[in-house]
Order: sequence, then C-alpha cells, then structure tokens
Amino acid sequence: MSIIIALLVTGIIVGFSIQKIDKLALINLKLLNLAIYCMLLLLGISAGSNEKVIRNLDHIGSQAIIIAIGAIAGSIAICWLLSKLILKDK
Amino acid sequence: MRGQIIMPAFFIIGLILGLSGKLSSYTPPSEWTTYTLYAMIFLSGISIGIDKKSWEVFKNLNLKVLLVPVAIIIGSLGGVALTSFVLPSLTLRETLAAGAGLGYYSLSSIIISELHGEALALVALLSNLIREILTIVLAPMLVNYFGKLSIIASGGATSMDTTLPVILKFTGKDYAVISVISGVILTLVVPFLVTFILTIGT
Repeated sequence: MSIIIALLVTGIIVGFSIQKIDKLALINLKLLNLAIYCMLLLLGISAGSNEKVIRNLDHIGSQAIIIAIGAIAGSIAICWLLSKLILKDK
Repeated sequence: MRGQIIMPAFFIIGLILGLSGKLSSYTPPSEWTTYTLYAMIFLSGISIGIDKKSWEVFKNLNLKVLLVPVAIIIGSLGGVALTSFVLPSLTLRETLAAGAGLGYYSLSSIIISELHGEALALVALLSNLIREILTIVLAPMLVNYFGKLSIIASGGATSMDTTLPVILKFTGKDYAVISVISGVILTLVVPFLVTFILTIGT
C-alpha cells in the first residue's frame, strides 16, 4: 500500500518539476497508455485462466451492473441535495 | 474515444488468451503484474503533475465547488454500500472498493487485483466501465430529471476527460469547469481511496 502511494506522490512531484519541458507530457502519455495496455492484457490473462472467475462470469457481470447503478444513483442523490441545500442551484 | 475501444480490447484479448489455456504452460509470473502496476502508478502520477490543467484548477478555486467531489465520493460509497444488501456474495469492503473506482476503471481494477484478487478486480473493472458508459448514454435523461450537476456526479472521476464532451454538450461551459475540477480531484483520490478501503483494519 505504501509503495503505491509513494510512487504516485513521487510521480506527481516529478511531473510537476518537468512541466516546462514541452514534449515530455506527450511521451509520458504514450508510455502510460502502453503500461495500461500491458496491465489490462495481464489482467485479462489472469482472469481468463482463473477457473473460478470464468465459472462466475455472469454473476460477476450482474454484480458489476448493480454496483455501477448504486454508485451513480448515490452520487446523483447527494449532489442533488448539495445543489438544492447549499449551492442553491436553479 | 479510441481509448474506449482499445483498452477493453486488450483486456478481452488477454481474457481469450487466458481462456484458451494456451498459456497454461507459460503463465506470466505475478511479478510482471506488480512491476507493470508500479510503472503505471508512477506514470499516472507524472501525468497528473505534468498537466497544467490540474494545477490551474487549484489556483482559481471556488471553495463551494470542492463540495461537488466530496458529495460524489459520499454518494458513490453510500449508494454502493446499499447495494451490498442485494449482493450477499460480496463483503461490504469488496463492494465499497469496487465503487471507490468512481469510474476510473483501469487504475482501480489494477490496484484491486494487486491488493485483493482477480474476481473483485473484474467486478471493479466492469462496474466502473459500465458507470462511464451509462453516464454517456443516459446524459440527456439525467440532466432532464436530476439537473445539470447529476451528470457530473454520474461521471465521477471520468468527468475530466472521457465524459467531459457529453457534459459540455448537455450542461454548458460553467458546468464544464466544475466538471474538470471535480474530475481532477476524484482522479487524484481514487488510488488512495481504493487502497484505504482494502487495507484499513486488516
């Protein structure tokens, strides 16, 4: 856990300090995309070769839909309250 | 938009490779995943830090706007906590971790796979991808029934990039600014929040 957060914070600081150098943002984005692709590929391989995951794929799918709807509904509800009570939105 | 197709495609190719069993004699060692994760987190950090947008957002910040991402976090976790009543096979911690992705499916699912396991990582990947897709598809309806802020809420961490075009289209410039601010803050929060939920008290 601490490694993840340390890497993230170091990355933010490094990113901030190289902000002035023009092309680096683009290069970083390409590298990041590459890392994400590798990661998703590896995640796919390990999920695909995991029998327990594959046997429960329909189950996992329905859980995902329910969680997505819960998250959307909850955040809309609290933001609606926020806009009515505090932001006094139209 | 290209990323939306390419990223799931890589996952699906991996899934098929894994399913075909061709790799059973050669499963990639789990250290690969760990090091790729580290590279990804570090590069994500750089891309947040290097983006002038992220810092400008903090310079001209109306404090009330900060309440929007806070409300989105509370609402997402609250809503997801309620769903855990109908999802008996997942613990509250697990549903919260998936919900804490706030739409940021790549990073959240990868952290979950590392800290918890593949099954939940897949739930997180799908649920956050579905959140993003539903936000885009339902945008006009949400704005109509629940107001302009609702689509920013629904977009979660994606409201700074992938769902921003739709948000801009259905709400307008003032809300697009709120959308970017909220999205930037939530994007920063996701890795901490997911890690926190999965590790607290263990």
